[in-house]
Amino acid sequence: MEQVLAVAGLVKRYGERPAVDGISFGVARGEIVGLLGPNGAGKTTTIDMILGVLAPSAGTIHVAGLDLASRRSQALERTGFAATYAPLPGNLTVAQNLRIFGMLHGVRELAARIDELVHELDLVRFRDVKCGILSSGEQTRVGLAKALLARPALLLLDEPTASLDPATAREVRAKIRACVAGGACGVLWTSHNMYEVEEVCHRVLFLSHGRILLEGNPRTLPREHGMATLEDLFVAVAREPLALEVA
Amino acid sequence: MTAIRPCRVGAIVLRQAYLLRGSVSRVVPLFAWVAIDIVLWGFITRYLNHLTGGFDLVPALLGAVLLWDFFSRVMHGVTMAFLEDVWSRSFLNVFGSPLTIPEYLLGLVTSATVTSAIGLVVMLAIATGVFGLSFLPYGAALAPFLLVLFLFGIAFGIVGSSVVLRLGPAAEWFVWPLPALLSPFAAVFYPVSTLPGWMQAISHVLPASYVFEGMRAVAAGQGVRWGTLAVSTALALGYVALACLVFARVFRLVLRTGLLARYSAESVS
Repeated sequence: MEQVLAVAGLVKRYGERPAVDGISFGVARGEIVGLLGPNGAGKTTTIDMILGVLAPSAGTIHVAGLDLASRRSQALERTGFAATYAPLPGNLTVAQNLRIFGMLHGVRELAARIDELVHELDLVRFRDVKCGILSSGEQTRVGLAKALLARPALLLLDEPTASLDPATAREVRAKIRACVAGGACGVLWTSHNMYEVEEVCHRVLFLSHGRILLEGNPRTLPREHGMATLEDLFVAVAREPLALEVA
Repeated sequence: MTAIRPCRVGAIVLRQAYLLRGSVSRVVPLFAWVAIDIVLWGFITRYLNHLTGGFDLVPALLGAVLLWDFFSRVMHGVTMAFLEDVWSRSFLNVFGSPLTIPEYLLGLVTSATVTSAIGLVVMLAIATGVFGLSFLPYGAALAPFLLVLFLFGIAFGIVGSSVVLRLGPAAEWFVWPLPALLSPFAAVFYPVSTLPGWMQAISHVLPASYVFEGMRAVAAGQGVRWGTLAVSTALALGYVALACLVFARVFRLVLRTGLLARYSAESVS
């Protein structure tokens, strides 16, 4: 399967302190990979580096075969990003934001693509509403529409359903799974909702102190480590990462 | 190096257009303050003309105010376009896109060109229509005068944006007074020779001082000093190049320190 993301020996140090400590992993087209770990484990730092807004101290990142360090623009043309902590400008309407970010990503037939996405993500009635007055769930859907605009090869989703009600979260998950099932893209997904991770992700990576501690299928990984559920495994990783590392 | 894509530059300009279209509080300052400045200085100039018994101060005084306000509008045009990204906290989305730094800066400059042109037209209309300022004596020199101040304004706008990018949103208060800080050295209202030696040294490296010296020379009937105008144009181009390098360097720094990814407070690094 074609790799849409290849990360090798990625390191980020702040002074002597490593926030990400030599991680390597890949995401294939048609695959959803969950990046899990307690707060401060290095998930968002990793996403920031893949998004090109944080320079790595060492290591390489390739998006759809393009080296992010030397071909940043081309690599980011193939990357979509959405996170609840990165809302679109609230003083612009949904349509204006999508138009601007569509232009930044060089989307062809932009008007038709915006039409398609506002229908798919149930945003038609908010089209001419300023993003700042939308509910957080609606803003999340707009962010997702922005991330999907350019039909990216790689989708970076940092807690994409964090502020959504269960029904909307289910719809969003279904939408992303449909996108992946068609083989259009690969997804790197961070979440603290283990139920969601188990439902959506094909593979998970557990990060702790900037290192990948565990990797595997979220449905079988807990049993392999003597835990009943993925949430139990998460708690164990958060509390005693070294014990698991030895195991 | 990645080629500049017009659609990405256009996206930055379109963003500004959308913001202006939907906001009276953004449109009015484009011309209100400069209009008030011209009216105020227009009446001061009239009064001084009356006191000096017929000596026409309009070209030297009101012309200087108009050109200096144009410089300030250009500079603030660049920083305002940049600050919109700061205020809307959209750095992650903007810089996590394929947009390159040259494209971003070109977008800011294009936005500033449009907004400063609006201010210039309003100032010219009031200064010529109400106070009888005429730029006819400047002839072909007017274009390079404006060009030098435009380039200098762009350079300081980019430097001001770099300062805010480096030090965090709270540093925007360093940006607003920059034109006032420069004005004594730019010799807007008096000849450079009036200044003490150390100030003259600074004045000679500011392209704006050559413009105002040249403007006064024309007003005094000494003709256009094309040589000094060429020096000021070269200086202004140098400042623009330097400002772009400073922004690119600061951008690389904030990428390395993580400030760009966490851009919501004062810099802690």
